[in-house]
Amino acid sequence: MSLSVPDLNLRIIAPVLIVAISALVVLLGELVTSSAQKRGLGYASLVGLLAAGGAAMGLWDAHAVAFREMVRADNFGVFLTLTILAGAVLCILLSFDFTRAHRIETGEYYALILFSVTGMLLMVTAADLIIIFLALELLSLPLYILAAFKREDERSLEAGLKYFLLGAFSSAFFLYGIALVYGATGTTNLARIAASAPSEMLLIGAGLLLVGFAFKVALVPFHWWTPDVYEGAPTTITAFMSVAVKAAAFGAFLRAFLVALPALAMDWRVVLAIIAVLTMTLGNVAALLQANIKRMLAYSSIAHAGYILIALVAMGGAGVSAALFYLLAYTLTNLGAFGAVIALGEGERERLNVSDYGGLARMQPLLAAMLTVFMLSLAGFPPFAGFVGKFLIFGAAVQNGWAWLAVVGVLNSLVSVYFYLRPVVAMYMSEPVEGWGAPRVAPLVALALVLALIGVIALGVFPAPAIALAAGGLGR
Amino acid sequence: MVPFALSLLVLLPLVGAAIVLLIPKGQKSDSLIKWFAVVWSVIPLLLASYLWFVLFDPNASKMQFEEAYLWISSINVRYHVGVDGLSMPLVWLTTLLTVLGLFYSSYVIHERAREFFFMFLLLETGMIGVFVSLDFFLFYVFWELGLVPMYFLIAIWGHAEDRPQYSAIKFFLYTLVGSVLMLLAIIAMYINTSTATTPGTFDLIELATKRPFANDFVFASLAFWGIFLAFAIKVPLFPFHTWLPDAHTAAPTAGSVILAGILLKLGTYGFVRVLVPIFPQVFQANVLPIAILATISIVYGALVAMAQTDFKRLIAYSSVNHMGYVILGVAAAVAIGGANLTDRAIALNGAMLQMFNHGVITGALFFIVGILYERAHTRDLKSFGGLGAKTPVYGAILLTASFASLGLPGLAGFISEFMVFRGAFATLPLIATICVLGIVFGAAMMLWKVIQNVLLGVFDEKRWAEQEKHGVKLYDMTRFEVITLAPLLFLMVLIGVYPSVILNTLNTISVAILGQIVK
Repeated sequence: MSLSVPDLNLRIIAPVLIVAISALVVLLGELVTSSAQKRGLGYASLVGLLAAGGAAMGLWDAHAVAFREMVRADNFGVFLTLTILAGAVLCILLSFDFTRAHRIETGEYYALILFSVTGMLLMVTAADLIIIFLALELLSLPLYILAAFKREDERSLEAGLKYFLLGAFSSAFFLYGIALVYGATGTTNLARIAASAPSEMLLIGAGLLLVGFAFKVALVPFHWWTPDVYEGAPTTITAFMSVAVKAAAFGAFLRAFLVALPALAMDWRVVLAIIAVLTMTLGNVAALLQANIKRMLAYSSIAHAGYILIALVAMGGAGVSAALFYLLAYTLTNLGAFGAVIALGEGERERLNVSDYGGLARMQPLLAAMLTVFMLSLAGFPPFAGFVGKFLIFGAAVQNGWAWLAVVGVLNSLVSVYFYLRPVVAMYMSEPVEGWGAPRVAPLVALALVLALIGVIALGVFPAPAIALAAGGLGR
Repeated sequence: MVPFALSLLVLLPLVGAAIVLLIPKGQKSDSLIKWFAVVWSVIPLLLASYLWFVLFDPNASKMQFEEAYLWISSINVRYHVGVDGLSMPLVWLTTLLTVLGLFYSSYVIHERAREFFFMFLLLETGMIGVFVSLDFFLFYVFWELGLVPMYFLIAIWGHAEDRPQYSAIKFFLYTLVGSVLMLLAIIAMYINTSTATTPGTFDLIELATKRPFANDFVFASLAFWGIFLAFAIKVPLFPFHTWLPDAHTAAPTAGSVILAGILLKLGTYGFVRVLVPIFPQVFQANVLPIAILATISIVYGALVAMAQTDFKRLIAYSSVNHMGYVILGVAAAVAIGGANLTDRAIALNGAMLQMFNHGVITGALFFIVGILYERAHTRDLKSFGGLGAKTPVYGAILLTASFASLGLPGLAGFISEFMVFRGAFATLPLIATICVLGIVFGAAMMLWKVIQNVLLGVFDEKRWAEQEKHGVKLYDMTRFEVITLAPLLFLMVLIGVYPSVILNTLNTISVAILGQIVK
């Protein structure tokens, strides 16, 4: 028996490594910093994330595999890496003052976010089911803790526990799926799975993988945890989960189904289409009924997962690039929306009820305008990023013969307009509610909001570069 | 030659809107904002006037002042703008009504002036954008862009007793239902025109020559009806008109003027710009149902208007009646039959002129209603009477606009309605005969309900004196109100007496469009 050293190509996993090292540094830094210096750890995290972004850009057009084809650097992965990093940067910018106000300003908070990002980056680079699973766990475990990070808050604890239990459950499904796929094909490598003959066992394995992914991105009927977890978790973490987990999990989802199981994916397409319809419809209809803005955004995130699933059903190059563009657009828009919620908080109190937004247009005209833009973008209005994303997705669906799915999609986005407009209506057309002072927006939060706003408008008005970057980068 | 003329026209209001936001807060900021917005809005009007009256060639059937740049390369979306005889008058009317609306509002809007004038200028960008877009994607972007400010204008500055928020969201959702279906049709047409090697197109000019789904009548019909619905809701054609009375009644005066004057035209403009040239066969095959819907709009709209007791609602329903003539004219122009090109062109000219005239006349009428409401704080037709003698200037102006609306010869409305019927009798004689009823009812509603109730009769001194305690004060038109209405009255008379000023422009394009589809 001969042992060969695997091809260690650290460059390919450089973004992952940089974030992991930053996480360790921040974790150690926690030990030597006083409570007044915790802010510095946040800045250190930002530096780490930006450095990882730089390293990821260096991988553009690298098209390489390493570690015995365990990881793969392709433009698909780099695009998602940058999307996730953008989401993480915005989240940390939003966190500085939020954690202080909520008395959870610790190094662990930042370290856990970075660990989770490590898992996410690994997930979109993974070319092997085992790595995907590893990444899935690495991204999930820190999030379970972060969801319960407000230790004195029962809702937060409930969120953490719920997320953990259901997450563990879905991991089991996923692992079982991997086992069956391995049993059927003798490999866990995505490219080699594609080359092996289809069988019943592979089909069932693929179905179990689908369940695992469906849990993570909150597809109906595996979405039950979402509203409670999103509502209970600290708002910054909710914002982060709602976008970054989706980007990472959809990345692996797309890769697994399009690279490893293209033939089987055809069989699963009708099921996925039905799931997409259910997800969009339930998400939007349930969001209509919510008075709590975090719950509303939770259901809206379910609906958006449904839209992205349309792109997956449509498959083909158009579908993949549409999904990537949509994930980027959704990341910026949703973080912007949550950012506005965070910005309007007062100490530990947050404006959670839609009616709390009354009269804000007069007290905070800029912030109200920003939140309006984010809501319109979520609803898919031009000239904002959300519109172009929806356009690309529905276009991909029609192109590949799924016109009826696109019809369901547009009707759904029609329904969604109603609830996205509700905070807007409150801000512009209702009187201010008692008990709230004039909101003051912290500079770093304002920076995050402005960055998100620029992104949302730029992607809406000049989408061409981003579409070009999102196109055709999935290595097989 | 003005470089980037149309882009300037689209961008100027947007820049103005941005400046409105930047004017610093202070005691005088409101009057500064108003003053600035009005003056700024004159610039697009001057530019549009210069383009139309000086540079525009009325005898050229091709697009003028064209600009085209690649915008989203991967899906072949272009920033392609241009105007022809169909869109130039409407662009000009948009800039005119915006100036008048802003000018009038600067006197009557006291709350949240900054937001009002911002929204209004943003709305102007959206409307001009739709008229000049020659790329369907761009068209759609502007189409939606106009929706949001109008929603805010109705919801925030609407009359509290008319459920402005309900009316605004109704307007918003109705329009949106149509536009999302249009979006799907746009996508389908793009994909249908693409081949393995070349991308599809969103270009309206190219689509008119390529005729997507030419060999697939079912899909062509689906796309046609998707787009049809979007436009029909906007027009609004019976039975999609129910949003209109609510939105109009609730909207502030200037909002109603723009809604009636321009936004409704977006729908009929779409009929002529998109549906006729791109789907001539489907349109021809469905002329009868469309003409019947137009007939119902005309007759039913007039009857319902006649039944109203609310002045503003009456004018709103009269729009359903008047916009019906436009659709009738378009349907008559493309109907299958032996009629020659001249007859058809007359019908289409009538339809296009009716679009312009309705903007002028109904725009004026909404100002007139608003002016009365400012004084009486009610729009109930029964509570007026005898105003003709008490407020003679108001009476004269209302009389003129009403006569123009009912189609009295010598005023604008007559010319366009006459032409629509002249064309329609050639191709759809039976339908045209029924539609004449609409003229009768229309005259009845203006004479009986409006003129008789408001201007004639006995002036109830006692009641008005009593009302004065509640802040009601009756006085004749002030100078700014006369200034607001003067240009519109002038246009009514000018087009009524000498329609050639605009008809030449329209005729060139009618002949060009119909020449493409009629053998």
